[in-house]
Amino acid sequence: MSEVRQRPHTKMVTYPSNAVIPERDLGKNPVLECSHLGIEFGGLKAVEDFNLVLGRTEIAGLIGPNGAGKTTIFNLLTKVYQPTHGSVLIDGLDTHGMTTVDVSKAGVARTFQNIRLFGNMSVEDNVRIGLHNQIKYDMFTGIFRLPRYFTKEKQQHEKAMELLDIFGMSSLADVKAGSLPYGAQRRLEIVRALATNPKLLLLDEPAAGMNPHETQELMDNILRIRDTFQISVMLIEHDMNLVMGICEGICVLNFGRVIAKGTPEEIQSNPVVIEAYLGKKKEGGQ
Amino acid sequence: MTNQIKQKKVDPAVLLTALIILCVYVGVFIAEQVISPNSMLFTVLKKGATYALVAVSMNLLNGFTGIFSLGQAGFMLIGAYTYAIFTIPVEHRASVYQYFNGGVIQFTLPWFVAMILAGLVAAFFAWLIGLPVLRLKSDYLAIATLGFAEIIRAILQWNQLGPVTNGSNMLRLFPNFNSFNITNAEGKVTVYLSTFVPFLIAGICIALIVLLLHSGYGRAFKSIRDDEIAAEAMGVNLAHHKQLAFCISSFFAGVGGAMLAMYQTTVQAKSFTTAMTYEILLIVVIGGIGSVTGSVLSSFLFVACSEWWLRFLDNEQFIGDFQVPLLRNGFRLVVFSVIIMIVVLFFRRGIMGTRELPDLLRRRRKEAGIK
Repeated sequence: MSEVRQRPHTKMVTYPSNAVIPERDLGKNPVLECSHLGIEFGGLKAVEDFNLVLGRTEIAGLIGPNGAGKTTIFNLLTKVYQPTHGSVLIDGLDTHGMTTVDVSKAGVARTFQNIRLFGNMSVEDNVRIGLHNQIKYDMFTGIFRLPRYFTKEKQQHEKAMELLDIFGMSSLADVKAGSLPYGAQRRLEIVRALATNPKLLLLDEPAAGMNPHETQELMDNILRIRDTFQISVMLIEHDMNLVMGICEGICVLNFGRVIAKGTPEEIQSNPVVIEAYLGKKKEGGQ
Repeated sequence: MTNQIKQKKVDPAVLLTALIILCVYVGVFIAEQVISPNSMLFTVLKKGATYALVAVSMNLLNGFTGIFSLGQAGFMLIGAYTYAIFTIPVEHRASVYQYFNGGVIQFTLPWFVAMILAGLVAAFFAWLIGLPVLRLKSDYLAIATLGFAEIIRAILQWNQLGPVTNGSNMLRLFPNFNSFNITNAEGKVTVYLSTFVPFLIAGICIALIVLLLHSGYGRAFKSIRDDEIAAEAMGVNLAHHKQLAFCISSFFAGVGGAMLAMYQTTVQAKSFTTAMTYEILLIVVIGGIGSVTGSVLSSFLFVACSEWWLRFLDNEQFIGDFQVPLLRNGFRLVVFSVIIMIVVLFFRRGIMGTRELPDLLRRRRKEAGIK
């Protein structure tokens, strides 16, 4: 394993309602506030009493063993499922009754655990779908090619290229997305999500299947995205190097419940977390 | 036709495509003046143009938006009836609606207006049906739309609607493709346009569909086809875009239905069966799901095969004194089915796959460049 570059960790401060956010975000509205969020699938409590406050530019990690409910939380935040309990505020806006599209417009973008690109479309067109609600024109303009069509298409093209440049992918713009190598597909998913102009970016296992070198690159990119766009990033990840390396706040789930919250240092030494991951130490064992 | 903003200068392949299309139109126009109007060629071209429009409209739905709908015959029927009802000249209405005292509608619209109205009525019904039906997915949607087409067919034959639809009787004597021929004072045809005008109508409609597909809306449609969940997460409103695609497709199916009415010169609801939808689906599949060019090409091939090239199989043929075995009435359909099976087995992605004419030209050009 390659050596993980240690980054100086942010000072975390207490925010009203007992949450912790990075000090630099204190003056700003939190981007996400979940309170008592939960969902039941016919009596099975997949997620229960989930509370979280995310600072404006915070990078947060959501970890936990398989089946702990991490992706379910993403699905609740993006309204793929409607929560049965609790509330989600995005940038102070209550998302009760919103659809996936509304949430996307409110500023939440996501990537998927199993890559979900538009495989038959070009790389650029994939990004343009993300821009769909930013730069748009009506159907009449589209069919009859009014001047507005050309200016908007040009804007879309320029914006898409600019975004692709973040990951150095602008030369692949005309390639079919489905024929990209795995790592590039993961990167393209992030670019596509960024195109929706989010305030909160949800990354579902962004480093899955990547080698340590690629993971390192991904970590740099996530930090760069956060700094350039001044957005908050929440990620689900099993790669502890990545999580401990870039996340400022970490939330550990097990069986749908939060078992620990805190900075990477706190989580690493938390006995409850160690137990959830490795099991209980035998009495008298080493 | 397709102005791509991506390239600064116009793509030569697109120019070449435009040139080819222009040549086809000029060719059709000249052929019509030279060749006898009773030639089988024109039957094929007229019906081919009609089917091409309907096939492209179905491809917009099935191939580009990923909505598997089998209601095309129903929307064509609505279009055909709307067109026929509003264009029968007032003086002929008494004879057409002989069982219904000349019907209730006592005015006539110009063919052009009636044709657009045909599309609009079909689109309106699509919107109405789309509200509940588009929530369904894949096979269920296909079954629901198929059922709708059957219901429409039954309703239009209902005797109580007779004053409007003429019940189950035939609608006739409305302007057909031959009305486009320009005649002189003695009634002699000076310029034949009976094939050129349908080509023009179908061409304009298909061009509009292509322009739509190459705009942001087309991209949104394709994203729904590729991955609904991801499209929704990126802010593409699924319900809205599916409804839009369904209505637009039905609009052009309605116009296609009006053209079919003109081609047949008579309309009767019972001829718009499920088999017609399957014919069109077959054309779309053979042409390539997701290729406009493929749909157009296979429409003409399909119509030519079924109406013309394979006709000889239905009659007893002699080579010298030798009678070719098996040839008799109905054998054409056997051969036709076998051909279709071969196509489906060996060209599973259709003639064109998802490629279009400019792609084809571009590839050729690149290969030549490498050599």
